[in-house]
Amino acid sequence: MDEAPAIRLRSLTKSFGTVTAVDALDLDIRQGEFFSMLGPSGSGKTTVLRLIAGFEQPTSGTIELFGEDVTSRAPFDRDVNTVFQDYALFPHMNVLDNVAYGLRVRGMGRAERRERAREALASVRLEEFAERKPTQLSGGQRQRVALARATVVEPKALLLDEPLGALDLKLRQGMQVELKEMQRALGITFIFVTHDQEEALTLSDRIAVFNEGRIEQLGTPQEIYEHPVSPFVADFVGTSNLFDADEAKRMLKADGPRSLRPEKITLADAGKGLPGTVSEVIYLGTSTRILVDLDAGYRLNVLEQNVAGAATHDRRGSKVVASWSPADVVELHP
Amino acid sequence: MSTVKAVRTAVPHPRGTAARRLSVALSARPRTRLGLLLSAPLLWLGLVYIAALAALLITAFWTTDTFTGQVRTEWTLDNIVAVVTGSLYHTVTLRTLGIAVLVTVVDIVIALPIAFFMAKVASPRLRYALVIAVLMPLWASYLVKAYAWRSVLSEGGIVDWALRPFGLEGPGYGLPAVIMTLAYLWLPYVILPIFAGLERVPDSLLEASGDLGAKAGRTFFQVVLPILTPSIIAGAIFSFSLSLGDYITVNIVGGANQLLGNLVYTNIGTANNLPLAAAVALIPVVIMSIFLLAVRRTGALDNL
Repeated sequence: MDEAPAIRLRSLTKSFGTVTAVDALDLDIRQGEFFSMLGPSGSGKTTVLRLIAGFEQPTSGTIELFGEDVTSRAPFDRDVNTVFQDYALFPHMNVLDNVAYGLRVRGMGRAERRERAREALASVRLEEFAERKPTQLSGGQRQRVALARATVVEPKALLLDEPLGALDLKLRQGMQVELKEMQRALGITFIFVTHDQEEALTLSDRIAVFNEGRIEQLGTPQEIYEHPVSPFVADFVGTSNLFDADEAKRMLKADGPRSLRPEKITLADAGKGLPGTVSEVIYLGTSTRILVDLDAGYRLNVLEQNVAGAATHDRRGSKVVASWSPADVVELHP
Repeated sequence: MSTVKAVRTAVPHPRGTAARRLSVALSARPRTRLGLLLSAPLLWLGLVYIAALAALLITAFWTTDTFTGQVRTEWTLDNIVAVVTGSLYHTVTLRTLGIAVLVTVVDIVIALPIAFFMAKVASPRLRYALVIAVLMPLWASYLVKAYAWRSVLSEGGIVDWALRPFGLEGPGYGLPAVIMTLAYLWLPYVILPIFAGLERVPDSLLEASGDLGAKAGRTFFQVVLPILTPSIIAGAIFSFSLSLGDYITVNIVGGANQLLGNLVYTNIGTANNLPLAAAVALIPVVIMSIFLLAVRRTGALDNL
C-alpha cells in the first residue's frame, strides 16, 4: 500500500510584501524520517517550517499532513508540534507545568497529566528539575524541557527550528546524539531546520538544501556531499574546490563547471598531476588544510589526514604536484 | 607602504586638562563618585518628599483656635477620631474608593486590547504612531480635558446627540461622568506599562501555546495574563492613586458629589481647618499604603 507522506507541500508560496520567502515549493517528507532543511539565513527554510506549523498562512499552495489538507487550519488544530529556537518556555510556570501544558489544554486530569509530564521529563533526564522555573535552568536543560513539552502530546511530526543554535559545541554534539536517539525511540517524523551543514549531515536521513526560497538539492547526506548538483550546494555543504566552466576546461579538460572535495586530492613531491607551490598550511588537529597555488593559476584547497607518519615539517613554499581520481570530479549544473 | 607609515607621527596621548585630572581622581574613588551622584536626588527626596509628608502627619495631630482660626500646636487625637468615626467621612471614603476601583477596572479593560494591538499586531510604523497617539493627550492641560468632557456630557452634548437615535440619553453630570472622565484622563498611564510589558513577551510564547493546542482565549488567560500581571498592577497603581486624590474632575463633571479631595479642599479653604484637612488627607495615604503592601508580593513594584 502506498503510505501517505507525513508532509506534502504543493506549489507552496509565501511572500512578505515584495519579498518571496518561499517560491512554489513541492516537497514530500516521509513518515518516520529525520528530515533536515539546510540553508543560509533568509533561504526560506524557517518560513517553510512556520507554514507547516501554521504560524504563517501561505500566499498560495497547499499543505497536507498525513494525506489531510490542513492549509487553512490554525496551529492548535494541527497534529504537529514545534521546538522553538528560543525554547519559548513559559516563564511563570515551573518545568513540570510547562511540560504538562499541552495535556492540560487537552483536558487531561491533573494526576494523569502530571504523571505523564514526569515520564517525559525522565526521558530527557530532568525529573529532579520538575519544580524549578525555566530561568533556573541552563541552555541545554531548557532545550530538553522544550523537547519534552513538545513530545509529551504525542505529535505525528516534530518541527525543530534551529534547536541547537544557542548551545556551545560540546553540548550541541551531545544533543545531536540525543535527538537522533529520541527520533528512533518515538518513531515519528522529525523536521529539522538548521544552517549548520555538519549537523544536517550527522543527523538526517534526507536533507533539502534551500537557497532563495527554493530547494536546490534533495537527497541523503551522502548524495548531497558526494554529488552536489550546483555550485551553491558544493560550496555550502562542506568545502569544495569550485572550477567555473573556463577553469574546468583549462585545468580539468572538462566541459562545464566542476567541483572537487579537498580530501580527494593527493599531494606528492613529483609525478603526474598539476604542479604548484604550497602557500599556506593550517593545522586542524585530526587533519591539516593545505592551500596550493597551482601554476595554472588556481588556489587549490587540500585536506590531509594527520595519520601516523604524516609530514610535520613546514612545507610552505615547497613545490608539489596535486593529483586526484577523475571519478571524484563532480559535474555541476549552474 | 612602509615608507608611508614612517612619515606619519604616532597617535598622541589625550591632553591632561583639568577636567581630565578630575575624572582620573574620581575614577579611583567610587564612594566620592556615588556621593556626588546621589546628593541632589537625596536632598530632593528628603526635603520635598519626606518632610512634606511628615508635616502632613504632624499637622493632623494639631488643632485650630476656634476664635482666631490659627493652627495651635497642641497635641490631640480629635481630628483622627472625627475622620474615623464621622459617617460623612465613611460615605465619601467608600465613594472615592469605589470610583478609584471602577476607573482602574475600566482603564485596564480598555488598555489591554489597545496595548496588545500596539505590541503584537501593529507594524513598527503604526506602533510608533500609536505610541504618539497615546501620549498626545498628556500634552494638553488637565483642565482643558476635563472641561472638554463637561461639554461632551452636557445636556444636548455629543453623547446625548449620539444616543438619541437609540432612544437613550447620556448620563449627564454625576458619578458615572466622573468615572468616564477620570478613566479617560489616566488611560495613557495604564496603556504604557501594559504595552511595555507585552513588548517584552516574545511572540514565540504565544505561538508555543497555540502549537500545544491552546486557542486564543486560553493563551490569553494562562500565558499572557499571568506574565502581564506585574505590568497591569503597575498601571493600576497610577490610575488608582491618581483617582483617589482627584477633586477637580468631580467639581467639573460630578454634579453635587464630593470625593475625599473635595473634603480636604473645603477644610483648607472654606472651613479654614488645616489639621482636619490633614487628617482627611491621611485616608488616601493609608489606602494607598495598604494597596502597595498588597501588590508588593506580586513583584509588580519591580516593574515600575
